[in-house]
Amino acid sequence: MSIRQHDFTIERRFRQTPAQAFRAFADPELKQRWFGVPEGWTDANWELDFRVGGGEVSVGRDPGGELHEFRSRYHDIVDGERIVFAYDLLLDGRLISVSLTTVEVRPDGDGTRLVFTEHGAFFDDLEDPAEREHGTGLLLDGLAAFLGEQVAA
Amino acid sequence: MPTADAAQLDRAFHALADESRRAMVVRLSRGAASVSELAAPLDMSLPSVMQHLDVLQRSGLVRSEKVGRVRRCRLEPGPMRTLEQWIAEHRAIWERHFDRLSDVLDDAFPTDQGDRR
Repeated sequence: MSIRQHDFTIERRFRQTPAQAFRAFADPELKQRWFGVPEGWTDANWELDFRVGGGEVSVGRDPGGELHEFRSRYHDIVDGERIVFAYDLLLDGRLISVSLTTVEVRPDGDGTRLVFTEHGAFFDDLEDPAEREHGTGLLLDGLAAFLGEQVAA
Repeated sequence: MPTADAAQLDRAFHALADESRRAMVVRLSRGAASVSELAAPLDMSLPSVMQHLDVLQRSGLVRSEKVGRVRRCRLEPGPMRTLEQWIAEHRAIWERHFDRLSDVLDDAFPTDQGDRR
């Protein structure tokens, strides 16, 4: 077993105002249109409770038969400016990652700059324990990843 | 007496104790490749490349299969590799969400620049 930390930031610019961009996160009708369960997925369940202490659930089974679950909880909401939430991702009931995420919407000229920053912890116990071989495979794969990073750096 | 694990580790470390073979593993860590793609950056003959590939395959680090006339090589997948793939996909999924967000905003709140490229 191991944990991989993974941080990243995505920045986007939109033509709309920060208040309008913020509404796409707060308004369930708008949020579902860009964050709802994809068309063609089954066992779909999507709920949004946009307030501190509330959360979002997005569950669906992809066409390949795997069940994806996104479960979040809002920790801080500053209307029109900032959203802080934490979320779990599960695949077929197994916890894959836990992330802390901040979304900032800032005025940028006559539009908006969105800054999405995530700090994630990813867990390696994706495989059935019976399929995992004494950590040997892990060690070697980790080495391959390390060698790859050395060259990429 | 070495256990099966220890013997496998020995073969793996032997396989990696060579600069050319490490270069091949690094190339494969970015995705599957044909033998000629593996050989391209290396300054050696194709038979030498095949010999190195053979060492890598016996170590269990690399697997290859013939697809038509081409031999495709890949790193043997394991739990860690699955996780690496997941992490790589993770950011891409958010990027796609924000592509859709942009479309939803343009639809819900059209601006006078809406038709401008």
